[in-house]
Amino acid sequence: MADFLLELLSEEIPARMQAKAANDLVRLFQDRIAQAGLTPESVVSYVTPRRLALIARNLPAETAAVSEEIKGPRVSAPPQALEGFLRKTRLGAEQLVERDGVYFATVESPGRPTADLLAEAVPDVLRAFPWPKSMRWGEASAASESLRWVRPLQGIVALLGEQIVEFEIAGIRSGAATVGHRFHHPGTITIGSAGDYVEKLRACHVILDPAERRQLIADGAAKAATEAGLVLVEDEGLLQENAGLTEWPVPLLGSFDPEFLRVPREVIQLTMRTNQKYFALVDSAGNLAPHFICVANIVASDGGAAIAEGNRKVLAARLSDAKFFWEHDLKVPLADRAATLQQIVFHEKLGSVADKVERVARLAKWLVQERIVRRVDADQVQRAARLAKADLVSESVGEFPELQGTLGGYLARAQGEPDAVADAIRDHYRPAGQSDDVPDDPVTATVNIADRIDTLVAFFSIGEKPTGSRDPFALRRAALSLLQILVRNGLRIPLREVLVQAAVLLKLSQLGALSSVTFPDLLDEEEGDHEVTAEVGSFTYRYGSRVSTRWNSALTPKIERGQMIEEVIDLQDAVMLFFADRLKVQQREAGVRHDLIDAVFALGGEDDLVRLLARVKALQAFVESAQGADLLSGYKRAANILKKESWNSRKLNDSTFPYSPEPEERALDEALDVADPRVAAAVAEEDFERAMKVLAGLRGPVDDFFEKVTVNDEDPVRRETRLNLLARMRDAVHRVADFSRIEG
Amino acid sequence: MPHPPKRAIPCCTREGRSLDSQPLSFQKLILTLHEYWGAQGCVILQPYDLEMGAGTFHPATTLRALGPEPWKAAFVQPCRRPTDGRYGENPNRLQHYYQYQVILKPSPNDLQQLYLGSLAAIGIDFTRHDIRFVEDDWESPTLGAWGLGWEVWCDGMEVTQFTYFQQMGGFDCRPVSGELTYGLERLAMYIQNKDSVFDLDFNDSGVSYGDVFLENEKQMSTWNFEVANTDSLFDLFRKAAAECENCLSAGLPIPAYEQAIKASHVFNLLNARGVISVAERQAYIGRVRDLAKGACAAWMEKNGWAA
Repeated sequence: MADFLLELLSEEIPARMQAKAANDLVRLFQDRIAQAGLTPESVVSYVTPRRLALIARNLPAETAAVSEEIKGPRVSAPPQALEGFLRKTRLGAEQLVERDGVYFATVESPGRPTADLLAEAVPDVLRAFPWPKSMRWGEASAASESLRWVRPLQGIVALLGEQIVEFEIAGIRSGAATVGHRFHHPGTITIGSAGDYVEKLRACHVILDPAERRQLIADGAAKAATEAGLVLVEDEGLLQENAGLTEWPVPLLGSFDPEFLRVPREVIQLTMRTNQKYFALVDSAGNLAPHFICVANIVASDGGAAIAEGNRKVLAARLSDAKFFWEHDLKVPLADRAATLQQIVFHEKLGSVADKVERVARLAKWLVQERIVRRVDADQVQRAARLAKADLVSESVGEFPELQGTLGGYLARAQGEPDAVADAIRDHYRPAGQSDDVPDDPVTATVNIADRIDTLVAFFSIGEKPTGSRDPFALRRAALSLLQILVRNGLRIPLREVLVQAAVLLKLSQLGALSSVTFPDLLDEEEGDHEVTAEVGSFTYRYGSRVSTRWNSALTPKIERGQMIEEVIDLQDAVMLFFADRLKVQQREAGVRHDLIDAVFALGGEDDLVRLLARVKALQAFVESAQGADLLSGYKRAANILKKESWNSRKLNDSTFPYSPEPEERALDEALDVADPRVAAAVAEEDFERAMKVLAGLRGPVDDFFEKVTVNDEDPVRRETRLNLLARMRDAVHRVADFSRIEG
Repeated sequence: MPHPPKRAIPCCTREGRSLDSQPLSFQKLILTLHEYWGAQGCVILQPYDLEMGAGTFHPATTLRALGPEPWKAAFVQPCRRPTDGRYGENPNRLQHYYQYQVILKPSPNDLQQLYLGSLAAIGIDFTRHDIRFVEDDWESPTLGAWGLGWEVWCDGMEVTQFTYFQQMGGFDCRPVSGELTYGLERLAMYIQNKDSVFDLDFNDSGVSYGDVFLENEKQMSTWNFEVANTDSLFDLFRKAAAECENCLSAGLPIPAYEQAIKASHVFNLLNARGVISVAERQAYIGRVRDLAKGACAAWMEKNGWAA
C-alpha cells in the first residue's frame, strides 16, 4: 500500500475559485480512479494561490485481477454469432462452456500497476477540470486543442510512495520537484513522498491548508487589534479571501488620516473591504477607528513597516477620491438631484425613475390619507418618498452603487431633513434579504410598501413576471420584503385596494396624467365592485368602498372603460396570487403549512395578510390537535357526501323538522344553531382561537350523527333535510377556512 | 529529474538599486524599463500618434496580437480618459497619463518571473514589499477583446495589469499574447514616495510632473467637461466611422483601425460632456466595436490568417 501525492503548480488561482477547485479535484480524481478499480482509504486536498494538491491514502501497488463470466449466443445460433463472440472475448471455441444450450466465456482481466493507472487518470482529470473560467497560454495556444487551465500550469508533482508517476500533459512532465514561497523560497524543492509534502512546504514558507491560513489570519488580526486597544470587525468572507491570496499570511496593522472619518463609515469600510481586502476596526464605543488590518504574504525584513505605509497611501488615495465626491454631494440638495431622475430610465416600458418616484409618493400619501397606515405624518412620508431615489444620481453612489439608500440617508440628515425622513431614505430598500433587519419606523414602512407595490404592479403590467429561476427584476425579493414589513409591523393592509390604486396610478403615469389628478378623500361607504363613471370631462374610478381616483382632464376619452377595469382586475389577481405563493415560501421556513395558507386564501376576500397569518396559525394549532383532527375527518366525510350529491348549500327554513328527527339529528341541528353565530362573532372579532374552540364543540354531535343517522334515506324529505344539515355544518367550518384544502 | 522550468528570481536588490537610496525619476523609470525589456528582445517603440484610452489600443498590441507570428514590443503610450479629469485638483486622477506597455507573443512560460525582474530593476525590494497577483479579468467591449490575468499589487497598490489575451477583435488569439500594462505615474509615486502625482520628480534636475502637466490638466479638464463643441464631436464620430468603412472597402485594415481609434476617443469625449444617454451608450460602444472588429477581420484576411 502507498500514498499518492498530486500537486498542480500554477500561476495565481483566483481566491474565489480555490475552495470549489479543491473539492472538484477530489471528486474527479476519485471518480476517475474508481473506474480503474482503485479505491483509496481517504483523499485529502490542499489549495493555495499557486497550487492545487491532493493526497490519496493507501492505494494498492496494483489492482486485483478480475474474472468475469460473459453470456454468449445460444448453441443453436448461426455460426456468425459464435465467431463474433469469440472475436469479442479473444478466446477460442474450446475455452467456452456450454450450459442450458447457451455458450459462456470466462474473461480474465489481469491486475495493473497502480502507477500506470494513475498516469492515465490524472491527465484525464486535468482535461475535464470544471474551472468557472479557463484559458490557453504559451506556444501551445497556437493550436485550439491545447490544455485549458485557470492560469498557466507550471509544474506537476505526482508521487506514488516515493516513485514518480510518469506522464506528460501540455508539455509538462510529472516529477517530484516544486517551488516554495514565491519570495521566501523561490528555488526548486524536491518532494520525497506524500508523507513529507506538507512539512517540507511549510519549511519553505507555504502553508498548504487553507483552514490553517484562515485561522492564522483570524488570530493575528484579533491580536493586532487588541494590541492597538481596538476591536476587529469580524468578516468571514474577508478571512477566506485573504487565505486565498497568501501562502504565508502575515496580518499587519495600518492606519489612515482621521480626517477621512468625515466620510460615511460605510464608504470607508466598503473601500477597504472590496478594493483592498482590509479588515476594519472599531473603538470600544463601536465607532470606526482610523486603522485597518491588511494581510501581507511575506515576513518583511523591516517587520512590515514599508508594507503598512504603502497600504496607508493606497487607502488615502482611494479615500481622498471618495471624500472629494462626498463633499461635492453634500453641497447639492437632494431635491435638485431628484429632479434629474427624469433622465434615468427605470425600465424602457415603464418610464423614468422620476416617474416611479412620483407614483410611489402618490401611493404613499394615499396610504396615509386613507388611514390604511396610521400614526404617520403624511408630509414626512411624501418627502421621504420624493427624495428616496435621489442618491442614485449622486457622485458617491455612482462610485459605490452598493450604498444606495445608505448614502441618501446621510445626505438627507446633513441637509437638515428630519430623522424620520432621513431614516426612511436610508432604510427604504430594507429588508434586503431574509436575514436583514426589518424596519419598524412607520414612515420607512410606508415608503417601503409603496415602493414595492409600485414595482410589482409595474412589472406585472408589462408581463415581466418571474418564471422558474428567472427573476431579473428581483420581484420575489420585493414581495418578500413587503411581507416582512407587513408582518413585522402588524400592518393591516387591504392589499387588493392598494393594488388597484397602484395600478390606476401606473396607468395615469403612463398617460402622463399624474400631475393633473387629485385624490379625493373617502366619499361614501357604498358597497360595490369596480366601477368607472365617466362624464364629460371627468372620470371616477371606484373599487369597493373606496374611490381610488377621480380627475378632470381631457384624457378621459383616451381611456376605454371596460378595458381599464379588466386590466386592473387582472393585475390585482395576478399580484395577489404571487403574494400567496411568496407567503407560502416565506412561512414554510417558519413551519407554517402551505395547505393551511391555501385553505384560508381559498375563502377569497382575505387580503389582509396579517389577519390571514393569525388565522392560519390558529388553524394549524387546531388541526394538529386531536379535536381538530376528528372534526377534520367529520368535515371530510360530510364534504364527500355533499360533493357526491352535488349538494349546494341550502338553508333550512327554520329549525323545525318536517318529520320527527332522530335525537342525533336534532342534537347536530341545535349544536349548529348555537355554534354558527358564535364562530361568526369570533371571526369578526379576529379571535380565531375561540372560533376554533367553538368548532371543536361540533365534533361530538357530528360523530354521533354519522354513527346513528343514515343520510341517504329513502324518504326524499329526510334525505334533503340531512344533506342541508351537513351543508350547514360545512358552511360553519368554512367561516374559518376551506377545510377541503387541508391535507391529511 | 524533471522539474518545472524556473529562473532565479532577483528577489533581493542589495547589489542593485534600493528604494531608500536614490529613487528613479519619472523619465529614468521609463528608460530603465526600456533597457530591461529591450534586453529581453523587445522592439522599443515610440508612442502612437493618436489619442487613445489605453495602450492596448496601440496597433502594436491590438493588431499584432492577432495571427501566428511571434512579436515582442515595449512602449510608452499616453492615455486619454476625459471623464477621469479633475482639473488638476485630485492628486491621483488625470485625464492624460502614461502607460508602459509590454506585449510578448506567444506568452513565455516565465512571464511572471520576467515581470518581477522588471520590478527589481526599478528598485522594488521583495524582502520589504508585498507583491501579489490578484484576480482581475480584462475585457474591452470596444475592442471585442478579453483575457485572464491579474492586477499586480505592490503593498496593496495596483501597479500593473497582467493579462493573457484570449480574444482580440472577436478572434481567438493563436497563440496567446502576454500583456503587461504598468501605470507609470502610480509606480513613480510609489517609488518616489510622493502623495501627489504633481510632486513627482520628472528628471532629477528640478522639474516636477506638475511643472510639465498641471496646466495641461486644468485646461484639458475644462475643455473635456465644459467647452468641447458637442455638435462637432458628433460630426467627427460620424466622419470617423464613415472613413473607417471607406478604408475597409479599400482593403486597408491599418488606416481603418486608426479611424476606429479616433471614433473611440470621440465617443469618450462625448461621454465626458454628458450628452450620451444611458440608452444610447450601448449603441455607441457597439458601433465602435463593430469598427474595431471590422479592422481586425480585414487585418486577418489581408494576412491570410484563418479565424
